[in-house]
Amino acid sequence: MPEDTPIIEIRNLDKFFGAFQALTDVSLTVHIGEKVVICGPSGSGKSTLIRCVNRLEEHSGGHLIVDGIELNDHTRNIRAVRMEVGMVFQQFNLFPHLTVLENLTVGPIRVRKIPKAEAISRARKYLDRVHIPEQADKYPAQLSGGQQQRVAIARSLCMEPRIMLFDEPTSALDPEMINEVLDVMTELAESGMTMICVTHEMGFANKVADKMVFMEDGKIVEIAPPSIFFTKPKNPRCQAFLDQILEH
Amino acid sequence: MSRHTTTDRPASQPGSTEQMVRQARKLLKSTPMAVLIYLGIMYLILYGCLAGAEAMGYNWQWYRMPDYLFRITDDGFQWGEISIGLVKTIQLSTLSFVLALVIGLIVALLRLSGLVVGTAVAIVFLEFVRNMPLLVLLYIFYYIIGAIFDLDRYSASILCLAVFHAALVSEILRAAINAISVGQWEAARSIGMSTLQCYRYIILPQSIKFMLPPMTGEVVHMVKSSAIVSVIAVAELTTIGRNLISDTYMSFEIWFTIAAVYMVVTLMLSVFVTFMERRYAVTT
Repeated sequence: MPEDTPIIEIRNLDKFFGAFQALTDVSLTVHIGEKVVICGPSGSGKSTLIRCVNRLEEHSGGHLIVDGIELNDHTRNIRAVRMEVGMVFQQFNLFPHLTVLENLTVGPIRVRKIPKAEAISRARKYLDRVHIPEQADKYPAQLSGGQQQRVAIARSLCMEPRIMLFDEPTSALDPEMINEVLDVMTELAESGMTMICVTHEMGFANKVADKMVFMEDGKIVEIAPPSIFFTKPKNPRCQAFLDQILEH
Repeated sequence: MSRHTTTDRPASQPGSTEQMVRQARKLLKSTPMAVLIYLGIMYLILYGCLAGAEAMGYNWQWYRMPDYLFRITDDGFQWGEISIGLVKTIQLSTLSFVLALVIGLIVALLRLSGLVVGTAVAIVFLEFVRNMPLLVLLYIFYYIIGAIFDLDRYSASILCLAVFHAALVSEILRAAINAISVGQWEAARSIGMSTLQCYRYIILPQSIKFMLPPMTGEVVHMVKSSAIVSVIAVAELTTIGRNLISDTYMSFEIWFTIAAVYMVVTLMLSVFVTFMERRYAVTT
């Protein structure tokens, strides 16, 4: 159950790419253990928003406080936040020159500075959790898309983050591999992890989300629990979007 | 490959023109044929040289050459002048290349740093060095910088070669680093790595396969361009060759031998790098 302590506070966030405004006055609070699913048409700023949370994008205005640390120009703050925030990308972005096990241990060893043996046992634990312990010594290119994405999830978990961000984790996958990734994400959600997911997998969203967020043109248009979001959203554009993707 | 394409086409009558052309092409592409053609060309070149030398009454003295590689006298085994020169050339090139790599990496990182000052410094260095003939740069290093900082000719040569090649190396490094996708940076950053750690553990190891082929060319280029320091009389292979010729007048034998020595060194380098390329080949 989500607690009432906020872990991410986004206040009046603005983001410009040159003259183009990607985010306009976005405010969102995420509490510990809460699962937030963000959806919306492409170009609506969903990815930009979660990329701001671990500062892969620099916000242009407003405030962003993650785990009590204000994200600003201090490099130390940025790295402190990134250690607490895991990120899973649409394109996996595994390190192709490292084995699966090395992909999982490079962060803990180099960034968290934990002993190698401990990092390896931790890596094996998380590989178990994403159900691919047998692939530890392979290289990413030898795995299927679904397996690669699960390794990417395990890589983030090895840093033992308090928050996980998912940026369209299943969009680059073949349909038959989507479920194995969603299963892992569901298990992670059930374990109490705080999660923000950008995804169009509405079945998954309905199952795990505490809060649904709909974005359009860089603004948050609707925030509602899934029970209300899927049945009677207030905003007509949100309704239209849902009708479109739920049609088939 | 070629077998597939031939079977894919509709079968033509044996003895037809098309068939003959195809067979001729196949023959031309075969390894024995290539070796034969190569030997033929080499024969023509050598024959031309020998005939020319004959015509000008050149007195070949190949029998004297082995002495300049090594000799066995009453005192025992001794390296000849050319071997000593070769060691000097290898020393000079190795030291210069290591230094060039260090300077080149610094310049490339400055260029990529995104800092206005860093980029400006890198570009000025690059354009200054790259647009100057090596010989002029050598004179600057020896007669100006060398005079100011009291450098001997050997150090001046090393610095000059290092700086000249650093400019070229930095561009190779920059291209190789840029060849790595942005996603790798983002993934590395998202697990909390600093810029230095990103380079050290994620980006540079992956760039190696992109930099190896052009870097081979650069090392070969370095070995060859090291010959230019003979103009300030640094005792390396080419200088030794010049000195030997003025002593013995055996221009043909000595220059051919020196050229062969350079070729052996650079060919060995190429083979070594091909081996390295295979080692660092990573499928993405």
